[in-house]
Amino acid sequence: MNFEDTPQEAAFRATARAWIAANAPKQYEEELQKSSLGRTQLKNASILEVAKAWQKKKADAGWACLHWSKEYGGRGASPIERVIWQQEEGPFGKLSGMFIIGHGMCGPTMMAFAREEHKRTYLPPLASGEKVWCQLFSEPAGGSDVAGLRTRAEKDGDDWVINGQKIWTSGAHYSDYGILLTRTDPTVPKHKGLTMFFLDMKSPGVEVRPIKQASGASDFNEVYFTNVRIPDHQRLGEVGDGWNVSLTTLMNERSAIGAGVSTGFPELFEYCSSLMLDDGPAIEDRAVRSKLASWAVKASGLRYTSMRAISALSRGERPGPENSIGKLVAGSMIQDVATYALDLQGASGVVSGPEDAELAGRFQAMLLRAPGTRVEGGTDEIMRNIIAERVLGLPGDIRVDKDVPFNKIPTKGRN
Amino acid sequence: MNFDFSDDQKQLRDQARKFLAEKCSPKAVRVVLDGKAPYDKELWKGLAEMGFLGVAIPEEFGGAGAGHLELCVIAEEMGRANAPVPFSSTVYLAAEALLIAGSDAQKKKWLPAIASGEAIGTLALFEGKGNPAPKNIKLVASGGTLNGVKKPVADGAIADFAVVAARTGSTGRENDISLFIVDLKAGGVEVKSLTNLDPTRGQAELTFKNTKAEPLGAAGEGWSILSQVLDRAAVLCAFEQVGGSDRALEMGRDYALDRIAFGRPIGSFQAVKHMLADMYVSATLARSNSYYGAWALSTNASELPEAAAAARISATQAFQHCAKNNIQVHGGMGFTWEFDCHMYYRRANAMALGLGSLSYWEDQLIDRMRKKNAA
Repeated sequence: MNFEDTPQEAAFRATARAWIAANAPKQYEEELQKSSLGRTQLKNASILEVAKAWQKKKADAGWACLHWSKEYGGRGASPIERVIWQQEEGPFGKLSGMFIIGHGMCGPTMMAFAREEHKRTYLPPLASGEKVWCQLFSEPAGGSDVAGLRTRAEKDGDDWVINGQKIWTSGAHYSDYGILLTRTDPTVPKHKGLTMFFLDMKSPGVEVRPIKQASGASDFNEVYFTNVRIPDHQRLGEVGDGWNVSLTTLMNERSAIGAGVSTGFPELFEYCSSLMLDDGPAIEDRAVRSKLASWAVKASGLRYTSMRAISALSRGERPGPENSIGKLVAGSMIQDVATYALDLQGASGVVSGPEDAELAGRFQAMLLRAPGTRVEGGTDEIMRNIIAERVLGLPGDIRVDKDVPFNKIPTKGRN
Repeated sequence: MNFDFSDDQKQLRDQARKFLAEKCSPKAVRVVLDGKAPYDKELWKGLAEMGFLGVAIPEEFGGAGAGHLELCVIAEEMGRANAPVPFSSTVYLAAEALLIAGSDAQKKKWLPAIASGEAIGTLALFEGKGNPAPKNIKLVASGGTLNGVKKPVADGAIADFAVVAARTGSTGRENDISLFIVDLKAGGVEVKSLTNLDPTRGQAELTFKNTKAEPLGAAGEGWSILSQVLDRAAVLCAFEQVGGSDRALEMGRDYALDRIAFGRPIGSFQAVKHMLADMYVSATLARSNSYYGAWALSTNASELPEAAAAARISATQAFQHCAKNNIQVHGGMGFTWEFDCHMYYRRANAMALGLGSLSYWEDQLIDRMRKKNAA
């Protein structure tokens, strides 16, 4: 049992570290270091532009999408090398946020299902960040039950005509392309009538409207499709096989490890270490210490769970299912942590404006953003179902609509 | 990075699991649970023969000369099987105290006897309510004799010797405390068994009246030795708790698959599935924290105090969580003496207190994290 690199891993780490030291946008390091959930902006620069420039620089030197093959803009690196890169990239990795969906989900789906000429055309600029991609799955009628989606694709000559609405699309407002899951046959059971495409987000008939979130910010969008035409050669997988294609997309996301989930604990521990309460330092208060300790072992538990998965990668194995707990644990934890940080501030915790609030409103911003983390990318409840069914082998829920033609499923009058 | 046990260590774990499945069935545990024997003597002998009791004891003292990582994988299996033997008292506490502070003669006297299963040892630390702290130690040592009362002492009624924490000064500092070895079979100690939460591991009250004792380690060094012993034991106990958590989770999962209610397996209801998923989450966090503890223990890293406290807290929480919800999944049957659920519930809650309570270790963890940050 050890934490040491193999000689090859050490060599790779040294190369990566040297390149990052020479090329990373150091002027933003401190700001990125301090950014936390709900607050990832730069004061005097557009994070979008800084992120794109960094991604392009990495791509030009062969450090983008490390696990992709070279002809598609990657490096052909091993999974463990990808993890080492993430460790070395450190705070600059936070600049990859806008590319996560494209690199983690859209890219692998294209790789598995697109025609060769499309892969060569679209993947390299996706890797280099010159083109940004989004994922158009969720709908008002299909969130956790994504196979309940209603956006229609109808064949018209060599094209498909799309009508409908997507929701919760991250980054649609700055995306160039998207992968789109549609219903092509409503007369068969819901999982069987779906088909996947990719499209140009600038196509006529695509309208992107930002969603004002409960936090006040707008990271997500609604996307409306009115008679949008997609050529058949942009179809991904067979007609009617969209559900299986989408599973590839989602599996790829879940297999991405090492990009540590944020728990809010380091921020809280640092805060409590210097905070004075009415009757003395917070860190010497029994109640505060007990809370901190409980969260500390969750944070360290996640850290070492991830190291166990990385060790499996290093041995050339696939990580086990234990990594599926990360988002479930961190999501509710960061919400509790933020709530508690405000509790420690007393009545003044209510002030959230960066100019007047404690720590420039860091924990207030965290609190307001936190509910989203427990929903996006699979709700806590869906994550528990996944653990129960795929890890523990418990039976799936009884699904009353599984074998019913989609257009016969009761909708309570909503369409 | 290889943050995992080696293939050999995993093989040892499989070997221990197989051995315990055969020799330590729930039926065998129940002999002790029902009060028909103070511990499972046959199993104890078997553990000695397998080399498990002395796995971390150097060869020169009659052990197998493997290391703490090997002891960790065996500990996990002992917890999984709910073994009714004085393993933790003898191996994690008494043997570790001897390894840290024993003279050559003391090691030669006791360690081979531990490895061969001839001697059961324990640590006599607590004196009624309260957590490990120098001020809670009132038993007095002077002129080579001890006077005072220790309780609860794990496995105190069956132990052959005890490492006893005693007061040798009254300055109010840590160096008031010294350790002694007492041969419990030599007379001079009054032993009373105490009914306790977990009858598969006895607890006792030991009364010392002018009892002859031999110093263990230098005078005034007792507290520093004890702290090291408790940290090591915290990691090793955490592995038992991880093994117990896994077993309780498995029992709950198996029952949820088997039990039909409302026309379907109860494991298909989300209320039950989610409870089991949460048990899996706790058990996984505990396992990962314990692995870190094992790494720190086996390399004698400066991170050990912090890693041990984190493993202790995480594994205590996980075992209590898994054991109580295992009963909940079983419903009414889980609350019968006949079903095995309560054995794990008892063990989980007894283990949560054995080395000091959860809140004590929480406090320790924060102290140690602060110390590290200050350094």
